[in-house]
Amino acid sequence: MNSTALIMMLLTQGLVISVTGYFLYRVLTITPKKDTTEDNQPF
Amino acid sequence: MENLNSTKEAWGSRLGLILAMAGNAVGLGNFLRFPVQAVQNGGGAFIIPYLICFLVMGIPLLFIEWSTGRYGGKSNNHSTPYILDSMAKGKIWKYVGVFGIFTNIAVVAYYTYIESWTLSYVLHSVLGTFKGMSQSQVTAFFDNYIDISQSTTGIPYESVLFYVLVLTLNVFILSKGLGGIEKVAKIGMPLLILFGLILAVKGLSLGESGKSTLFPDASAWDGLNFLWTPQYDSLFSPKVWLAAAGQIFFTLSVGMGTIHCYAAYIKPKEDIALNAVSAGFMNEFVEVVLGSSIVIPIAAGYLGLDWVMANAGFGMAFQTMPFLFQQWGEVMGTFAGVLWFGLLFFAGITSSLAMGTPWMGFMKDEFGWNKNQGAWSFGLVALLMGLPTVLFYQQGVFEEYDYWAGTVSLVVFALLEAILFSWVFGINKGWREINEGSDIKIPLFYKFIIKYITPLLLLLVFLSALITPENNEWTINILRLTEGQSWQLDNGSIIRQISHHGLKEQWAAATLPSVKSALEEKMYYSNFARILLVGLFLFISFLVYLSHQKRQKEGRIKI
Repeated sequence: MNSTALIMMLLTQGLVISVTGYFLYRVLTITPKKDTTEDNQPF
Repeated sequence: MENLNSTKEAWGSRLGLILAMAGNAVGLGNFLRFPVQAVQNGGGAFIIPYLICFLVMGIPLLFIEWSTGRYGGKSNNHSTPYILDSMAKGKIWKYVGVFGIFTNIAVVAYYTYIESWTLSYVLHSVLGTFKGMSQSQVTAFFDNYIDISQSTTGIPYESVLFYVLVLTLNVFILSKGLGGIEKVAKIGMPLLILFGLILAVKGLSLGESGKSTLFPDASAWDGLNFLWTPQYDSLFSPKVWLAAAGQIFFTLSVGMGTIHCYAAYIKPKEDIALNAVSAGFMNEFVEVVLGSSIVIPIAAGYLGLDWVMANAGFGMAFQTMPFLFQQWGEVMGTFAGVLWFGLLFFAGITSSLAMGTPWMGFMKDEFGWNKNQGAWSFGLVALLMGLPTVLFYQQGVFEEYDYWAGTVSLVVFALLEAILFSWVFGINKGWREINEGSDIKIPLFYKFIIKYITPLLLLLVFLSALITPENNEWTINILRLTEGQSWQLDNGSIIRQISHHGLKEQWAAATLPSVKSALEEKMYYSNFARILLVGLFLFISFLVYLSHQKRQKEGRIKI
């Protein structure tokens, strides 16, 4: 694999993996809000 | 009948909701469409317009649909006709919302057929059906499979049987409500990622080990080089930007009505901003990281880059991959087949389940139908719409559904909802809605993007489909216009598709009576498919009309 392609691939995939990981980490670590409203109706 | 108010169902967990939303977005296109688009549009440079379009069209559309859905859920509306109706004055919006049910039924009708191929191919991989087959035999196997008059296993009407089986499985899971969908997403998505990672590692490490006397130049590196080496001149091509915008649009499953429906079950003060970007980026991970590392390098690793360039497309999944897996030996070949078709199956079912929910939500809200009634009636309508795509697949019914329902309808609906959100509902109100309960701070410039850039990009995507220039050569056609010449339409443009221009051209050029009659048959079945689609749209519009009358009688209507 040539170095230009390798750099492009690593940069792109690295960026996507980092941002996805960051947002998922935020989702998993944020304390849930206390529910003060009524639940929704189901279908 | 179940008491409508007795059970209060919502998403079981935040992670479950995100996995279900990501599962809705992740589909076969992540593994098959994205790498092909990248190869055809500038290789590594394609990723630049692709990621820009994700940020200025994809993320904003996710914000719009998630917040619109949650807004509708606050007034107990769980499908687009009345979600859109609750956002604006006037009777028209609930009929615009019909798209959000229509598209799902029409798409699920043929999508579950592809899903059934993946399940059937898992079985054939286990049974060792592809063992010792040549490339052309694997291709012929697929052609036989979709020809309902033939059977690959001895079971009569095998493809029809698998189709009904997969549709029934979908209906059964849907009848369990959100809990069933969430369970499938929690199992299916991690498995999909695991299967994808194993195949991606194999694809990235294949190198030149697949060279043969038949394909002495085969090299996975060539595939990866072509996929990732930037061709920066392509950045100045409108065709590449439109391809990138189109890919972002279809990969995120926006413009369908499924996101609205899922989001309608989110509690009013719960976050949607972080959830939306998390689900969106999870889809990007599957597409950019896994999707680019499987089909292209593996195919180039055995058949060479030239073959990939000439044959890259959707058919590779079923007509090429089983042959390539056999090159890894009996055990690994079987294992790889199960992983590949297994991941496609999970990608498919998590999307098709989402397509059932808008109908169920609508029938529940408007006519009090419980989960079982909603799910089984959905299955029945999908079956009635889907059987023609199975029985007359080779006559083009499938393609017709995919074009009008799976492509054009999505763009039209997304464009209209973006206009509604920013210009009718109002961007200030919309911005407040997006930020309500948000766990992240959304940059303020997104307000500007949502109001101006996103609708403009959607309009461009729509216009590009409406008046696609000949051979998709935008630059040449624009130059022609400046020189006073006429705009040459491509046969793939909406305008020419409506009039069957391409088929008529082929018919005029054909000399053999058998070819002429085959083209006439194709035109006949295309019209038949269109009648079915228009009929479905009118049927759902009629249900919306009836529900409106019912709401008026019950005093539930807004003045």
